[in-house]
Amino acid sequence: MATAPGKKPVHDERLTDISWLHRAMRRPELGAVGGLIVVILFFAATASATMFSVAGIMTVLRPAAELGIMSVTAALLMIGGEFDLSIGSMVAFAGLIFGVLLVNLHLPMILAVLGTLIMAGLFGALNGQLVIRTKLPSFIVTLAFLFILRGLSLVGLKLATGGNTILSGVAPAGKPGFADHLFSGDTLTGLFSWLTAHGMIATLPNGKPSVHGVPISVVWFVTITALATWVLLRTRFGNWIFASGGDANAARNSGVPVNRVKTILFVCTALSAALVAIITSLDTASTDALRGLQMEFEAIIAAVIGGCLLTGGYGSAIGAFFGALIFGTVEIGLTYTNFDSDWFQVFLGAMLLIAVMFNNAVRRRVTGER
Amino acid sequence: MSDLPLIEVRDLRKQFGHVIALAGVSLRVHAGEVLCLLGDNGAGKSTLIKTLSGVHKPTEGEFLAEGKSVAFASPRDALDAGIATVYQDLAMIPLMSITRNFFMGREPAKGVWPFKRVDFRSCDDIVHDEMRRIGIDVRDPTQAVGTLSGGERQCVAIARAVYFGAKVLILDEPTSALGVAQTSMVLKYINQVRAKGLGVIFITHNVRHAYAVGDRFTVLNRGRTIADAAKREIGIDELQTLMAGGKELQEVSAELAGMV
Ligand SMILES: Nc1ncnc2c1ncn2[C@@H]1O[C@H](COP(=O)(O)OP(=O)(O)O)[C@@H](O)[C@H]1O
Ligand SMILES: [Mg+2]
Repeated sequence: MATAPGKKPVHDERLTDISWLHRAMRRPELGAVGGLIVVILFFAATASATMFSVAGIMTVLRPAAELGIMSVTAALLMIGGEFDLSIGSMVAFAGLIFGVLLVNLHLPMILAVLGTLIMAGLFGALNGQLVIRTKLPSFIVTLAFLFILRGLSLVGLKLATGGNTILSGVAPAGKPGFADHLFSGDTLTGLFSWLTAHGMIATLPNGKPSVHGVPISVVWFVTITALATWVLLRTRFGNWIFASGGDANAARNSGVPVNRVKTILFVCTALSAALVAIITSLDTASTDALRGLQMEFEAIIAAVIGGCLLTGGYGSAIGAFFGALIFGTVEIGLTYTNFDSDWFQVFLGAMLLIAVMFNNAVRRRVTGER
Repeated sequence: MSDLPLIEVRDLRKQFGHVIALAGVSLRVHAGEVLCLLGDNGAGKSTLIKTLSGVHKPTEGEFLAEGKSVAFASPRDALDAGIATVYQDLAMIPLMSITRNFFMGREPAKGVWPFKRVDFRSCDDIVHDEMRRIGIDVRDPTQAVGTLSGGERQCVAIARAVYFGAKVLILDEPTSALGVAQTSMVLKYINQVRAKGLGVIFITHNVRHAYAVGDRFTVLNRGRTIADAAKREIGIDELQTLMAGGKELQEVSAELAGMV
């Protein structure tokens, strides 16, 4: 029965017998993938065909990406056992800071970006430390910051503009540099003009291509999802995230630095909100006090649709990715149909309910609890 | 059995404010020996092992590990000194896979920062191998710990401690929540661990479980050592009597008879 000690472990042939289907059924993102397929089929049947043109797909991807950047980090935090309800307000507040640094203080793009990210990171760390030290639920602590940051954004914007709640002119001064291309505009523009030249992308009546490239937010969205997935599934820190959310005490007893893990995750959610603030401010050349309104809930819902348990310790980043895609598809897709686009809210609530019930069933199967 | 004990405590005291949880306890564990720590609820067993494993600091008394005086600041220190504890609540996370639990906090990383990664595939193989070695066939180490039986979970927790090089294994009531078959699985494993040359401190209030695997028995009562004997010096009835707080078993059954 016993193998000689020190002998290299042998791969048991029965391990490979477990079918990929069985494994796939156990993946947390299963529901979100299924949901996305259903949603796409629905719009394929009801929406006008332009929704599925290259231009149509880009209009879906842009809001999906902006939400998705935040839902992926929100998913990591949820797996780590905490919530951050302040990220929606952080989009407005970080937008204000970014705008003031760029417009009022005339800082170069790279410094304005750095300053905004540092400020957001500090607030994230503050959230984390407050949750850890007070031992209050993060739900309450970050709910406080939902109001504090929204209020600060309003007050700050009025101070910065002399009474307005919109700050405009948020654009790079002079010729755009490297930093500008990282946070604004489109990528793959060469490919898109080639596609247009070969008739694969429709042109506008004036002969210009209907879409210039992939919005930069989409590139960030995909990159962050890939990075988060790698960290979660292939690194020590990833295992610590699962452990911290699964049972913080058990994790501590095993030597996991739970407090550090949670603080870092709060910093990540705040940073992702700041990134969205920077991208959207440059996209619209302005920022206002209502930016990111309710995005904290949408991000959490996308994470839940993606398979995250509300109780922590289980979920996936790819799931949140698909969750955000479902959001974008439905939100924009409705405008391509004859339905009233206010159905979106109804859909959102229904989706959340279904996802939570589905997740509970999945959890019971995973843990064998009855 | 070597002569230098792996762990020795002399006249250990622990007070929580006014509560005297340990009022002078002494014990020794040698390599290749199972020391059973017996005692009724509230006798101070958990407090004693939490002191040994670095969770509490002793108020007074000597604590030697392999002959050297030690003072642990945290459970991590005790782990580093080779003292591993499997707590009553197991320190296992039901939603995480067996492999991820097994390596939790001690994941082997390779590569250079920031590309350091954990090869969970080979970790799966290690876990599968380690579990098969103790006679538990884990079909799929990526399955959640929650799907294992209580006895299997205890064995995973013990195997983890052994794998990471524990010299002394402290088990806090590992059989208290288990059925007969599961208990025998765990007791068999304790036997194997002893055969590997580890010292084991086995806490229980079931005298029969203790007598099945123990080499020495230390009985605690109200924070004090009231008996310390090798297996050949003491019988199972005598242990049972000591456990019942010094009353003869006949007296206890007489009392019980009076109640019905
Ligand atoms: N952290 C603590 N603070 C105060 N009293 C404690 C603490 N831990 C244990 N005690 C007390 O010490 C005594 C021994 O408890 P414990 O070691 O848990 O006993 P056992 O594990 O043998 O049942 C009990 O009277 C208990 O109330
Ligand atoms: Mg106890």
